[in-house]
Amino acid sequence: MTRPVDPERRAAGFIALELHESTHDRLVWGMRQNRDKAVAGVPEWEELREMASRIKEHTLTHLDHYLEQFEKSATKLRTHVHWARDAEEHNAVVYDVLNAHRVKSLIKSKSMLQEECGMTPYLQQRGIEVTESDLGERIQQLSDEPPSHIVVPAIHKLRTDVAALFAEKIGTDPKDSDPHALAEAMRQNARPRFLKADAGMTGANFAVAETGGFVVCTNEGNADIGASVPPLHIASIGIEKLIPRGRDLGIFIRMLSRSALGTPITQYTSHFHGPRRGGELHVVLVDNTRSDRLGSPDFWHALKCIRCGACMNTCPVYRRGGGLSYGATYSGPIGVILDPGFDLSKYRELPFHSSLCGSCTDVCPVKIDISDQIYKWRRVVAAKGLLSFAKRVGMSALGKTLAHPPLYHSAEAVGEWALEHLPRFLLYNPLNPWGKHRELPAVPRQTFRQWYIENRRKP
Amino acid sequence: MKLGLFIPCYIDAFFPEVGVATLELLERLGCSVEYPLDPTCCGQPMANSGCQDDASATEALFVHCFQDFDTVVGPSGSCVHHVRFNLDAIEQTPQAQKVRGRTRELVEFLLDDLKVVGFPWAAFPHKVGLHDSCTAVRGLGHARPSERVNEPYFSKTRDLLDKVRGLELVKIDRPDECCGFGGSFCVTDEAVSAKMGYDRVHDFHRHGAEYIVSADMSCLLHMKGVIDRLKLPMKVIHIAQILNGGPP
Amino acid sequence: MSPREAILSAVRKNLPRPAVPLPEVPGSERKGIKHGLGYKEHLTRLPEVPGAPDVNEPLLPYFRRQLEAMGGRSFEVADAAAARAKVAELFPDANVVCSAVSEVPGTRRIQDVRDPHELNDVDVGVVRSPLGVAEAGAVWLTQAELVVNALGVLSQHLVVLLDPAAVVETMHDAYERIDLASSPYGVFLAGPSATGDIEGVIIHGAQGARSLTVLLLAPAARKDPR
Repeated sequence: MTRPVDPERRAAGFIALELHESTHDRLVWGMRQNRDKAVAGVPEWEELREMASRIKEHTLTHLDHYLEQFEKSATKLRTHVHWARDAEEHNAVVYDVLNAHRVKSLIKSKSMLQEECGMTPYLQQRGIEVTESDLGERIQQLSDEPPSHIVVPAIHKLRTDVAALFAEKIGTDPKDSDPHALAEAMRQNARPRFLKADAGMTGANFAVAETGGFVVCTNEGNADIGASVPPLHIASIGIEKLIPRGRDLGIFIRMLSRSALGTPITQYTSHFHGPRRGGELHVVLVDNTRSDRLGSPDFWHALKCIRCGACMNTCPVYRRGGGLSYGATYSGPIGVILDPGFDLSKYRELPFHSSLCGSCTDVCPVKIDISDQIYKWRRVVAAKGLLSFAKRVGMSALGKTLAHPPLYHSAEAVGEWALEHLPRFLLYNPLNPWGKHRELPAVPRQTFRQWYIENRRKP
Repeated sequence: MKLGLFIPCYIDAFFPEVGVATLELLERLGCSVEYPLDPTCCGQPMANSGCQDDASATEALFVHCFQDFDTVVGPSGSCVHHVRFNLDAIEQTPQAQKVRGRTRELVEFLLDDLKVVGFPWAAFPHKVGLHDSCTAVRGLGHARPSERVNEPYFSKTRDLLDKVRGLELVKIDRPDECCGFGGSFCVTDEAVSAKMGYDRVHDFHRHGAEYIVSADMSCLLHMKGVIDRLKLPMKVIHIAQILNGGPP
Repeated sequence: MSPREAILSAVRKNLPRPAVPLPEVPGSERKGIKHGLGYKEHLTRLPEVPGAPDVNEPLLPYFRRQLEAMGGRSFEVADAAAARAKVAELFPDANVVCSAVSEVPGTRRIQDVRDPHELNDVDVGVVRSPLGVAEAGAVWLTQAELVVNALGVLSQHLVVLLDPAAVVETMHDAYERIDLASSPYGVFLAGPSATGDIEGVIIHGAQGARSLTVLLLAPAARKDPR
């Protein structure tokens, strides 16, 4: 059994870096506020959500049909279509294509699927130089960390962290932490890599079955450089990214960046249909547990996700603990419901890294019942016997006490019941976590029940 | 109408005065209220941790104790939410369905069912910060969540507090940010929970609130723990206490 | 079983039921951004968007405001000579101006470029867009206009000519008007390359063009019907 990641401990570590946590909370909440303003500019927002949700549900309930249609339309446009059952197969397909083209150097834009597959280390071990071209992803690559946010991968870092990192890795002045200077330094560093790259890789935000093309949304234009400068373009596409028609894009493009950053659209919304003049285009359609999830009545709706990050921005737990606390490819509320599907044992603690406030469900542009799924994953964890020892024992004791009024009330009669028994679930821990940052409540002279018997049940 | 009073376990144990205020308030408004002595809890603490097996006996006890009432009223959004939406560790018998369908949270019972027009006895000349709990806002629909920006704003709790003489509601920066209680989350994710609590309490303090009022005592239990640790000049109070004419 | 067959059969086995019907998406008739597209008849009391155009109001001012919010800028120019003068005025130090339009010849014709790497030294790229989208402040560019796609992203600065009459209201309208499969590359470009990856500070010129300038000018053929 895999050792579980410990989001609570990781989050506590991030919170202990006080300036990091407060800056992170302020910036990420700022994105939520920008999202609110952008949504207020679209009065029909709730209808868009409903339509987006239904288009995704329609596609997923006819996914075999749309996969075949996509393959047919894409092939007609001279796109090479590959299929991969899992991460290993995806990486092997990509490597084979790169190898056949004698690719030594690769420039890639952000792809959560390629993260999920662990593609970069796989290719690096086989002698291919891989450079992330998105600024945030490059920061994370140089830090040897996964992205902490789907949209802004290095949002947990302060400008001074980036200055120190760039000073060490690309030779900038460690004392200059002006974001403009840092971004310019990376632009100068990345440009030669774009020019010498033998191949460009991207993910895809949407794949259109009818037209056989796919859409990549970025703000930096880095995917467009990777696709238009090197002669070879490979895109990794999760099978859940399909939508039926070109005109369906209107719905999703209107929602994606408004939900993510609060802008009406990403700076670049790029559509790829067949190879560019003088180029070659490959797409890899990847399953990697998606077809399993499709068969789960409780969890298949998570496949509607368009990776906007709105649920992260609104999540009070994500904002405090930071994205790296999840110890997984996907963080935030969407990560809590996606990650256990990849490895339940490893990610068994994630469903508890949530206060179940429900805001994620409300902001989700495709109406995924995120909060309800978090709750249901807790049941799955418990039913599979994967609850932590403290929770298992605490809940069992509590359940037994609360199920038996005489036991419960005799405990009460002895007095101090509250601190002796009830808080077992609160306080079942020698470290007494409640009291670390909070005072314990005073125990009143009598319980309500005792008061009621004394005052209202007198013979 | 036979009305059963549902006093959640932590109110029973820690805040009996909230139970008393709820009972007196309902009686003042003409309800005939009975408090059955046997129920202990709704099952939420166990169910929230995924432990359906551990929750089932408690849920069965809850249904058994309240099955003969026309309406069950409880002064806690999260417990009522559990009963109505998540009490499914037991077989869904007609009795279980009846109890679940008839369980009402105090605020909605006063506003939607009793349609109370005023609380002439209630005066509370203080600056008050309103904390609508997450389960009340998004689970029971007590208020428009801040993220649903295109829908008209409403808050049932605020509507009730507006009927109290002298009470002044303060505006805060993040009107419905979670306070971080979250049930067992408050101890299993202690650092995050506490930081959320600190931020929430500071938001109220910064805007001059003397009291934090809520229909959920569990959130207030947590925020009181923060206030006491930080020694801030603020108090917490359940809405039933204000509507019943102020703290005893 | 091939990976393809394995995936398709796993998907078929697990298709969620009941199947959900495909909803119709809004058409391209103008409805007025100000009051929302109001797809559902009964949703009449939607909040008003301040500053957004109503059904009878022109779209161009809104397009220009949205473009500016995205970090771009726009100018009205009277004719080709004015466009050339504007480019010269805005980029006095430009050495290489690579152009895909006849109105502004520049120093290099994109048709003469064989390989995208040749565009590395371009200071200003000039191209014409066939379509603007008001709500997004975006212009549409394809390989047909760019000729070499990298012109849009390797140029330090980008100038886009746009017919002011070619602006549509929303992304729905835009997708009704374009034929996606007809070009290997098509991009809605809204402002310059941008990033907020360091402490959320918005910086223009992350990897692609540092600036986007839209010159509002109808194509010669349309202006002069002869």
